[in-house]
Amino acid sequence: MKLKVLYFASLRDKIGKDAEDIELPAGVATVAALRSHLRGRGGAFESSFAEKILLRAAVNQDMVPPTAAVKAGDEVAFFPPVTGG
Amino acid sequence: MKIAVQTQDFDLGVEVKAISGDPKIGAVASFVGLVRDVQMTLEHYPGMTERAIEKIVGEAKGRWQVMDCTVIHRYGALQPNDQIVLVAVASGHRGDAFAACEFIMDYLKTQAPFWKKEQTAEGARWVEAKAADDKAAERWK
Repeated sequence: MKLKVLYFASLRDKIGKDAEDIELPAGVATVAALRSHLRGRGGAFESSFAEKILLRAAVNQDMVPPTAAVKAGDEVAFFPPVTGG
Repeated sequence: MKIAVQTQDFDLGVEVKAISGDPKIGAVASFVGLVRDVQMTLEHYPGMTERAIEKIVGEAKGRWQVMDCTVIHRYGALQPNDQIVLVAVASGHRGDAFAACEFIMDYLKTQAPFWKKEQTAEGARWVEAKAADDKAAERWK
């Protein structure tokens, strides 16, 4: 089972894609673990998802903390802190 | 209640009138955010944006008397002095209307998924989030 991952704003520009379907890796059950997994891809992913980079995440369109659960079928989004208003 | 995420402009007078019909309403507070002296493009997360604004308005309703409410946020290309955002709250009295309007605006700044990209002489750059906006939202906790 797969999950859908979305990227927005400066994060999308850095990694060069706005969405992808990924096979949920074994042992990845939280937003933080998914973030580490993406960082492990290396290249632009490594720098864009580095620990020091401030990112927010949403699971199924609700903003959540890094400890939130992710499972197959979810829509998970990563993005920089928001700047609307 | 009206929540709209749109590219087109809005008319404050029309929107305020639209939520002022109930004779029990004694106060409408509104806020309009404008583009300063830059050209910008606003991106958002369709679906989540509307949902996030609904949650913020729902929270405001739990805290204050909100008899009606309109939130409009634009996205896409915007020019200096363009209107970006409108929050208008109708209530029985001004205290609740002012407070709910400011609360919704402060939460929009930190919770609604919008991102501004400014066009400058040196090229386009994504606007960085401000710690002051987090502080403004924190004070309502």
